[in-house]
Amino acid sequence: MGTALVLAVTACGGGGNSDNNDNDGTATAEFGAAVGKVFNPSDAKGGTLRMAHGSDWDSLDPADTYYGYSWDFIRLYGRSLVMFAPKPGPDGNQLVPDLAESLGTPSADAKTWTYKIKSGIKFEDGTPVTSKDVKYAVERSLDKETFPQGPTYFNDFLDLQGYTSPYKDPDPEKLGLKAIETPDDQTIIFKLKQPFSGFDYFAMLPATIPVPRDKDTGTKYKEHPISTGPYMFETNNLGKNFTLVRNPNWDPATDPNRKALPDRIEVSLNVNADDIDNRLLAGDLDVFVEQTGLGAAARAKVLADENLKKNADAASLARLWFAVVNPDVAPLDNIHCRKAILYAADHEGYQRAYGGPIAGGDIATSLLPPQIPGARKIDLYNFESKKNGDLEAAKSELQQCGQPNGFSTTVTYRAERPAEKATAESLQQSLARVGIKLTIKPYPQADYTKLYVGKPDFAKANNLGVIIYGWGADWPDGFGFLQQIVDSRVIRPQGGNTNLGIKIPEVDQLLDQALQTTDKAAREKLWGDIDQKVMENAMALPGIWAKVLHYRPPNLTNVYVSEGLGGYYDFVSLGVKQ
Amino acid sequence: MTIDAGKAADASAPFGDVPPEPSAGALGVKIEGRSLGRIAWNRLKRDRVAMTGGAVVIFLVLVAIFAPLIVKVIGHPPNEFHQNLVDPSLQTPIGRFGGMSWEFPFGVEPVNGRDLFSRILYGARISLLIASLATLLSVLIGTVLGVLAGYFGGWVDAIISRTMDVFLAFPLLLFAIALAGVVPDRAFGASGDVLRVGLLIFIIGFFSWPYIGRIVRGQTLSLREREFIESARSLGARAPYIIFREVLPNLVAPILVYATLLIPTNILFEAALSFLGVGVRPPTATWGGMLSDSVHFYQVTPHFMIFPGLAIFVTVLAFNLFGDGLRDALDPRAR
Repeated sequence: MGTALVLAVTACGGGGNSDNNDNDGTATAEFGAAVGKVFNPSDAKGGTLRMAHGSDWDSLDPADTYYGYSWDFIRLYGRSLVMFAPKPGPDGNQLVPDLAESLGTPSADAKTWTYKIKSGIKFEDGTPVTSKDVKYAVERSLDKETFPQGPTYFNDFLDLQGYTSPYKDPDPEKLGLKAIETPDDQTIIFKLKQPFSGFDYFAMLPATIPVPRDKDTGTKYKEHPISTGPYMFETNNLGKNFTLVRNPNWDPATDPNRKALPDRIEVSLNVNADDIDNRLLAGDLDVFVEQTGLGAAARAKVLADENLKKNADAASLARLWFAVVNPDVAPLDNIHCRKAILYAADHEGYQRAYGGPIAGGDIATSLLPPQIPGARKIDLYNFESKKNGDLEAAKSELQQCGQPNGFSTTVTYRAERPAEKATAESLQQSLARVGIKLTIKPYPQADYTKLYVGKPDFAKANNLGVIIYGWGADWPDGFGFLQQIVDSRVIRPQGGNTNLGIKIPEVDQLLDQALQTTDKAAREKLWGDIDQKVMENAMALPGIWAKVLHYRPPNLTNVYVSEGLGGYYDFVSLGVKQ
Repeated sequence: MTIDAGKAADASAPFGDVPPEPSAGALGVKIEGRSLGRIAWNRLKRDRVAMTGGAVVIFLVLVAIFAPLIVKVIGHPPNEFHQNLVDPSLQTPIGRFGGMSWEFPFGVEPVNGRDLFSRILYGARISLLIASLATLLSVLIGTVLGVLAGYFGGWVDAIISRTMDVFLAFPLLLFAIALAGVVPDRAFGASGDVLRVGLLIFIIGFFSWPYIGRIVRGQTLSLREREFIESARSLGARAPYIIFREVLPNLVAPILVYATLLIPTNILFEAALSFLGVGVRPPTATWGGMLSDSVHFYQVTPHFMIFPGLAIFVTVLAFNLFGDGLRDALDPRAR
């Protein structure tokens, strides 16, 4: 696969050897043809890639964006230090250098990380990119007043020493942050507060895409981010549409990762979701930007028709739909009562609520989605063999809990989400079989964690025993996936928690141990151990490991699902037939 | 009041206390036994459209009352899942026309396979219960305040009328959504469906009384100046007597008409609230809630949208036709 891609790139550079025999590729349209392999491999350049978005972009500014689709798309006009390998299958989980010459070089204690930037990389106006532009970009991303939407990993891990924002920086160069050093134009050194063995994932964030200081317009920068990638902005009507054209100052010789096949990329915003599905099916549109898959109607249409189904891909997301079994609420403070819920739940019903085995996902037997390194098979309660629940085991747990006739508690869901409503109804039905009576309560999505289920005293006072929720990792890694939902120390009494009640001291210890473990294999094993512990304590009812049903119109070329990008089509590789 | 004994004696008619028209005494013997109520009933009987509407209304009320019995005979418990009837990967019912069969006359819901027929029937209970009790509440408040405002006038009228203006200017839907959202799950000694239904009755009923109130006030204002009231007053009758014995009986007709016309409005309002997810909580079946669920599936399983939509449509139409007919019968001048 690796050689094939290098060949492909040289072919590009040589200018148009169109037939590239990629062994992992396929030109036969069939269901799942772009999962684990490249569909319609091609090096043919030209054409216009038409994309549509169901609402508005969160932001085109690299400092201010936190959606998976945006992290996928931004690589068309920006280059971060490292990126996920543009490959199908598990290879796509690997980080490869982009701006940098190689992955980061850590110090022995994993607190200092050094990158060397390739020479010959230019902004769209021809100015060379230096390590100072990367430092400035990271600095501005720290300013959460100006850019509230981006992730806070750099804020949390860099040794900031009080630094808040380059806009308030007394340094004339606005490069006063001590946690990042740029000894020369090619070198950049990051200094952390605490060891973090997975820093290369941070170097993948859009915040490391260089921003030229003299072109930075703060909150207005999103109107025209200065490109370092193969495309640059031609027009940008915020909230309506924008167009990208080729960037003449992008040098393919510095960039083995991007194919840059289309000549133009047109993106429409705020398009009706059903309309997007219908246009994809009709071939009037090439890509659904948000990559959340087809809607229920289009899904049923596509799966029922073999001719359409062959153009669809069911991609696994590194995402779990699950329910927290809240140990704060009586009688769920008793482990046996919690186990009774896990045994009595109808797992197939959970799966159906999200769209069934093809479009919804696989029945989850533990928390960690299987594609995350370190995940191992854990099925303590026989979810797989007893898809509709194990009523005998549930009754015996109820006996041991001292509630032989069952008990009453509440199940909550986010009011705006039909799949979660269906889950609540399904749980109500299935738990009633052993006498566990659930009252269904919806809460508004926007305040779900802020005011309701994520506020421990509210959840306790209102007897919220079963809390339906979902979680996805920012990237396929055990730390990113687990820490925010299982570390009891992230639970804040004032609310806004994403850990909805999982409190296990051993899990906290294992998390600390993992952060200090620089050996990759040993660290990854710990994620599995944590998963095991949470399941042993029966504080979560895993529902399904999510899948999403993508549609790839037949004129798309070079299509594959990227695992690193969390189950999305890799936008930097896409091309169109003309 | 006792001027015309013939009319007052006819106690069986709903409008027995209606005072005589000035010319009534001059009419022949043949018509003497017919009260206004009887006349109205005869007119209504001749109005086929209104009678059809009335019959449908009665049918719907009976269906709602006996829903559990009907479902026991033909149907399944409304919240029972039948996942074997739903294709697991498509989420749509197996079989043609949304899985319609003798056992499931309206087919089944997508995803979980609940019996649509039972859910429509149970939905009728919620819809009619909320709509009729809310109407009763607004009629009660509206009549009391309307009569007071109209009869006493002056500062009483000023206060009540301005209150009505405030209520009419109120963004009711927004307020209803907000209120239904913040009321806790256990309040006023009730919880669950009882609380939600009570809350909806209160919201819908309490905020629509000015519509009735204005009409009642206007009618009272004009009645107050009529001769029979003047005469009662000159004979020394006090306000309570005049209101209860002279004014109210004359208001029965308009109140009845507007109550009948308010019910369909309230059905629609309840459906809208359920559609927006602030009505009765799932899994209890409501027509609006079913419509809201069906939005995601209307292209592939139209039956799921058609049946609750049809139920709302037929109910609202029936009430409206009946209400219109009733108005024509009771007040021919309004034609």
